[in-house]
Amino acid sequence: MATILTINGEAKSFDAPSDMPLLWVLRDVLGMTGTKFGCGIAQCGACTVHIDGKPVRSCMLPVSAVRDRAVTTIEGIGASPAGAKVQKAWLDLEVIQCGYCQSGQIMSAAALLAATPNPDDSDIDAAMAGNICRCGTYVRIRAAIKQAASGRQS
Amino acid sequence: MTVAAKISDGISRRGLLTGGLAGGFLLAFHLPVRAVNEPVQPPDVTAGKFAPNAFIRIDEAGKTTLVMPQVEMGQGVYTSIAMILAEELEADPKQIALQHAPPNDKLYGNPTFGLQVTGNSNSIRAFWKPLRNAGASARAMLVQAAAQHWQVEPASCKTSNSEVTHAESGRKLSYGALASAASSQTPPKDVTLKDPKDFVLIGTPMKRFDTPDKVNGKAVYGIDAMLPGMKFATLAACPVFGGKVGMVDDSAAKKIPGVQKIVVLDDLVAVVGDHMWAAKKGLDALKITWDEGPNARISSKDIWQDLRAASEKDGAVAKSVGDIAKGLATGDKLEASFELPFLAHAAMEPLNATVHLTPDSCEIWTGTQIVSRVQSEAAKAAGLPVDKVIVNNHLLGGGFGRKLEPDMVVAAVRIAKQVDGPVKVVWTREEDIQHDVYRPVYRDTIAATLSDGKIVGWKYRVTGSAILARWLPPAFQKGIDIDAIDAGADMPYDIPNFHVEFVRAEPPAVPTGFWRGVGPNNNVFAVECFMDELARKAGKDPVEFRRSMLGKKPRLLAALNLAAEKSNWGQPLPARVGRGVCVQPSFETFIATVVEAEVDELGEVRLRRVTSVVDTGVAVNPDTIRAQLEGGLIFGLTAALYGEITIDKGRVQQSNFHDYRMLRIDQVPKIEVHVVKSGEPPGGIGETGVNAGPPALRNAIYAATGVALRRLPIDRTLIATGKKA
Repeated sequence: MATILTINGEAKSFDAPSDMPLLWVLRDVLGMTGTKFGCGIAQCGACTVHIDGKPVRSCMLPVSAVRDRAVTTIEGIGASPAGAKVQKAWLDLEVIQCGYCQSGQIMSAAALLAATPNPDDSDIDAAMAGNICRCGTYVRIRAAIKQAASGRQS
Repeated sequence: MTVAAKISDGISRRGLLTGGLAGGFLLAFHLPVRAVNEPVQPPDVTAGKFAPNAFIRIDEAGKTTLVMPQVEMGQGVYTSIAMILAEELEADPKQIALQHAPPNDKLYGNPTFGLQVTGNSNSIRAFWKPLRNAGASARAMLVQAAAQHWQVEPASCKTSNSEVTHAESGRKLSYGALASAASSQTPPKDVTLKDPKDFVLIGTPMKRFDTPDKVNGKAVYGIDAMLPGMKFATLAACPVFGGKVGMVDDSAAKKIPGVQKIVVLDDLVAVVGDHMWAAKKGLDALKITWDEGPNARISSKDIWQDLRAASEKDGAVAKSVGDIAKGLATGDKLEASFELPFLAHAAMEPLNATVHLTPDSCEIWTGTQIVSRVQSEAAKAAGLPVDKVIVNNHLLGGGFGRKLEPDMVVAAVRIAKQVDGPVKVVWTREEDIQHDVYRPVYRDTIAATLSDGKIVGWKYRVTGSAILARWLPPAFQKGIDIDAIDAGADMPYDIPNFHVEFVRAEPPAVPTGFWRGVGPNNNVFAVECFMDELARKAGKDPVEFRRSMLGKKPRLLAALNLAAEKSNWGQPLPARVGRGVCVQPSFETFIATVVEAEVDELGEVRLRRVTSVVDTGVAVNPDTIRAQLEGGLIFGLTAALYGEITIDKGRVQQSNFHDYRMLRIDQVPKIEVHVVKSGEPPGGIGETGVNAGPPALRNAIYAATGVALRRLPIDRTLIATGKKA
């Protein structure tokens, strides 16, 4: 039976087992490869998407649990004010190295800014500690979140 | 520059660096340096397009495509390479597009290795002159074409932003308009390179070309390859190294919706499905009995016992200066051994390769640091000639040396032999960590003597894998792995009696390979930790002690002085807080780093501040250099605090990020990186921060607690309150 999800504001219809994690629906069924596979056990945050604006690890979220809630992925996050600010700050401060984890980092940061427009260091720690960056871009991630929050230009 | 001149330059430079180390990198390899200096017809010349060499294509609209001989794995090299080419070409950065190079050692081989390889922090070092020559040569041909058209002297023409201008008349022609005419010009024999004071791009903080597509999900890594009709596979290799598949009961797996096929090979089982979820569920449902073989008896304890025994033997002498016997008989003697564990690479992008195999062709999509070797190894696995194998290289979601190996592509080709149409093989994180090619275990022993507060004798022995003996056999000569002793032989300190040995000791069963920082990662740790112990024995401040022996390394001394100043070295600190220093001249870059850390009563370590000063010669993209240091330091500090792969019953005990831990944002302190302005030729950068972090942290803990740790990762039980060295 076809499942219908609203992803980045668009209704998408597809066939998939109900226990299939949203990550694999996005990547392998819908071809939306911006969301990344990193660990499969919600330890690294590379697969972070938003469900009704809240950050969720899609590698452990069965597609049946999404129901009619809105899914936002890295491909659509630029349409939200917080997402656009984060993307701009990421480029202004040249946060990214290999970039593989950054879809998840940006999704977590955009959710943080949407909920907490002026986060302090402990807010940033709490929101971002679930996202691993093997290249070690953490110093710039922190600075970019602060810049996105303040609206400063580089 | 002729090919012969290039080779002799390489030898003399290396000779200076190693102080007469037998062999030397280029000599030892016996591989011809050709590729980029030789005019070779590029493979894709098309009419109307200017393709003067392997790196530059200009079409009639002016679009300038630069072909990248080195791979982008986060280190920013695509941007730095583009900057070097564009600088001499005088190209407008806005008109530049980048392309991954296809496999071709002749056109794109790294001049240091004679192979198409990205590693050893040498992209910029190796390609600095060849790329400048390529850019300048193309520019000269565009100028010739314009001058011919205007019937003026080439010398009366100037170039900037992809345009040639005739100064007197003010006439202008764009590179695009000249592309066709320039393609029939003869490449000049000699080109004049820019005076560095005239650089307009090099030395500026250029925005990276690869990052805009990395904020919106558009960047395509190997794992993102999508092909019509593609299937998805995941696999389980025998958990015991060298073990084989025994029995496979696939009755439950076959019933999982979406499972298409079970592929059983001698050493692994793969499940092919409509998507990764079906493949993964299918794999979980398989009942596999493994024939574990003789390695099932091996444990870390045995490996360490063997390594320690091997380290007691004499090694092959890599370097000997002065009279070591006399040196070690003079003054107060100190001896210590330092041990480093196996490490996994754990790049964020798990191992993967997509393969489409037909009876007479093999096409591959992956991200690799060694694309030509991937092509040749895939050809062997497929049973096809090399020219029937197409490799599409991609951005890498981290390399760190793991993707200097072709094993993942070979496995995917073997699986693809049993699949109709394209198949994407993706390793789970658990398989990725448990079937890595690991940073070897090392044991380094140093004996040294002190007289009047200075070192008079220094005997250093490295015991561990000879990775080069496997990876590039011609480079392994006379029992010496020149990478394994690299920064131990090329020491910055002025020591009159100096001796370096290497003992090759391969761990049983566990495959070992390059890990970010390579040989110097081990050397710098042992040397810099021991320097602090010697300073304490001499009753000297660690920075002062080093300064007194850095007279012949003025760039390193200047970096150390600035790092001491910027880190407030010598200023009072609270109890159980310490500063530790590390200096290193590795990869032809001079770096001094100070880590400030606190150790709590339970022995838990909190990083407070990191300060690094880097003199890498010409800083092509200074912002990238800062970023590489910041990230490299975190990579190294992660290993120092957590990194360890252990073996039990022939298998790796760690499996995912819960037991192979990474530093996270809430643990990372302020990191300051100061880039020194310099006109010296550029040095290597990508691996330097990795090597600076662990010894500087260990020395900070030594200062904070008085405990001289000699093993990584840091053992908290040794530095909890009440423990003394």
